[in-house]
Amino acid sequence: MSVNSAIAERISTDVETEAAVRTADRNARPLRLITCGSVDDGKSTLIGRLLWDTKAVKDDQADALARDDRHSQNELGLPDFALLLDGLQAEREQGITIDVAYRYFATDRRSFIVADTPGHEQYTRNMATGASTADLAVLLVDARTGILEQTRRHATIATLMGIRQFVLAVNKIDLIDYDQQRFDHIAAEFRQLALSLGVTDIKAIPMSALLGENVVVSGRSAMPWYDGPTLVNVLELATQRTAQAVGFRFPVQRVSRPNEGFRGYQGTVAGGSVKPGDSVVVLPSGTVANVKQIVTYDLVRNAAVAGDAITLVLDRPVDVARGDMIASIDAAPALGLAFEAKLVALNGEGIRADKRYWLKSSSRRQRVRVEPRSMLDLKTGQWKSSDNLPLNAIGTVHLSFDELAMFDPYETNRNTGAFILIDPDTNNTVAGGMIQTRAKSVDGIDGAERNQVLLSLPQDLANQLMASEAFAAIRDHVEIRRLNSARASAILEELD
Amino acid sequence: MSETKPPLDPNLKALESEAIHIFREVAAEFERPVMLYSVGKDSSVLLHLARKAFYPGKIPFPLLHVDTGWKFKEMIAFRDRVVSDYDLDLVSHTNPRGKLEGVSPFSHGSSVYTNIMKTEALRQALDAGQYDAAFGGARRDEEASRAKERIYSFRTPDHGWDPRNQRPELWSIYNGMIRKGESVRAFPLSNWTEVDIWRYIQVEDIPIVPLYFAAPRPVVERDGMLILAEDKRLELQPGEVKRVETIRFRTLGCFPLTGAIHSTATTLDAIISELETATVSERQGRAIDRDEAGSMEKKKREGYF
Repeated sequence: MSVNSAIAERISTDVETEAAVRTADRNARPLRLITCGSVDDGKSTLIGRLLWDTKAVKDDQADALARDDRHSQNELGLPDFALLLDGLQAEREQGITIDVAYRYFATDRRSFIVADTPGHEQYTRNMATGASTADLAVLLVDARTGILEQTRRHATIATLMGIRQFVLAVNKIDLIDYDQQRFDHIAAEFRQLALSLGVTDIKAIPMSALLGENVVVSGRSAMPWYDGPTLVNVLELATQRTAQAVGFRFPVQRVSRPNEGFRGYQGTVAGGSVKPGDSVVVLPSGTVANVKQIVTYDLVRNAAVAGDAITLVLDRPVDVARGDMIASIDAAPALGLAFEAKLVALNGEGIRADKRYWLKSSSRRQRVRVEPRSMLDLKTGQWKSSDNLPLNAIGTVHLSFDELAMFDPYETNRNTGAFILIDPDTNNTVAGGMIQTRAKSVDGIDGAERNQVLLSLPQDLANQLMASEAFAAIRDHVEIRRLNSARASAILEELD
Repeated sequence: MSETKPPLDPNLKALESEAIHIFREVAAEFERPVMLYSVGKDSSVLLHLARKAFYPGKIPFPLLHVDTGWKFKEMIAFRDRVVSDYDLDLVSHTNPRGKLEGVSPFSHGSSVYTNIMKTEALRQALDAGQYDAAFGGARRDEEASRAKERIYSFRTPDHGWDPRNQRPELWSIYNGMIRKGESVRAFPLSNWTEVDIWRYIQVEDIPIVPLYFAAPRPVVERDGMLILAEDKRLELQPGEVKRVETIRFRTLGCFPLTGAIHSTATTLDAIISELETATVSERQGRAIDRDEAGSMEKKKREGYF
């Protein structure tokens, strides 16, 4: 029946061997990355160079650019990369990039998906979107200006969204005469910045995206002092986040009942692994069952891991619906009515405490009340108390639900720790969120008997402490009075 | 499925799982989904993935084919065979106004023709079926404005797309909330590239229209494109000569608007290695993309896929 099977028979042995080699070369999932930097840093030139040198740009696409009357070739006779990338008419007219675009290229070793986000307008919102799925961030700086406040902002957002691999692209190195000392200085400064954010996997690369040095092709001849990898080398070897080492998580998307004899739960494994015979718990109900079968179109499988789209059959008739989660019985996610989370506000109105939202996480959608607690000042990296989050703000919030919710901390599992907020009036997506912990109960006996510590600190130290993230998360459980040192001593003496 | 089938490489497996996830999510969240089926290679992959997503059940929504009346004959024959082999529920729609007025790519030009027979026809069919979600096989690597598409792409009640005002889409959490009359176009193949499509067709042994494979076929050259010359409605213009050449198609649309390429690729392996060394993009053979700069974006805003 198949058109292709007849053809397949004609494949010569030679071709078969060749194909086998090619397949082995690409033995990896696509690496997802985000590029951060402004137009001035040469971001479009860098992405254009990546696509051009890996031959992802075809002749007719370059020709179409040549027909564009705003187009001018650069001094190397290459197309204007920014025009190549700006897909929308408005962008071509205004010369700006307005939204997240996705670019695809591949080398012999790996496929790549680049989230290309604008450096200026609403960069927080767009960067957060692009970073949400990225394994790695390329942070671009101009070798002439070095690390800027903007670099800190981009690195902070990338870290917040869970990225733990940074590449610092020190671009336009040709414009400072391939000055090694200057490069080393910028790299060291960045290393400090990244370490302060808790990121230790850092690679700094001197490059000229315009001239194509150290992007895909080595720039050794221009800068013999640099014997490290090119950008593409680093990307080829970068690691991918995986949710395979954590507890089994299976958010149920739909129930499949094609006939009386079959009842399966369809979804994608969001963490850990599963095999027939495993004991699982259905949440939020808490019903326990064993896995009977893992069904796919191709075969009945003896195991499934994070990322696999499967149909799960349990050994007994239990009540399972879309939005439920099937999880390992000995390592279940946190179940509760209140959670603490970080939030990125994506919409004009911002996030308000007096409004109820829809929260969607995996396949589960439920009503939630969101109380903003603090807001991150991206300029200084400090957290300040705040009861609302305007557009593009990043903050910590307290979530309270009417019905039980289940999450893992985002740090542990990106799939089951992430959520979006939907405005019920407009149906628009207004925030992206990351779960930190289940909220601790503070009322009743628990609250009254909680142990507190009274500290008396110099004002600057106290201010520093209060600007920290850890403090922001417990802001509601802290009482603060500002006094002079004599009065503070007197009070403490009174207690003794 | 045969026992000896080699396992998918991790790249294709990740793409397959993502697509299946999107199919299931849309089927669960929307009341009346439909799948656009254009009979091309991407549609073949889309259909295969839909069958996998709902196995052991049947695909829980109909397929919709917008028939312009100017498709390649082999495409229609292939379509009918697939529908009967897989026991599918297919809705075929042709714009009655266009049919009545005899709108053709020759009489009205490619732009007007595409607008009436494809975009307007699609809107008619979507309205008639009251579909609130429509799957399409578009890929982000195909064309610059498609690079900005969401996986769930929101449409107004008149099917318009506003690229400047799209909903943010984070992680793999899709927002399927709409009001009555609004709809979502869902793109399970968003992250696939052309080579991924071909590799997947090969390893999964997915049937495709034979026009993708090279063979001697009658063609004429017109406006720099090689047009298949087997339909009686194609009238030769002065100076045009019909000749037989060994050609194949990289994409399939309406025969007067789809250019063939010279190729000797008669196997999937040959097609894939041809692609890996190709210096032109697949849409190079599509006349409608070349009407004016930004023409795909314009069509998409009006409701084209």
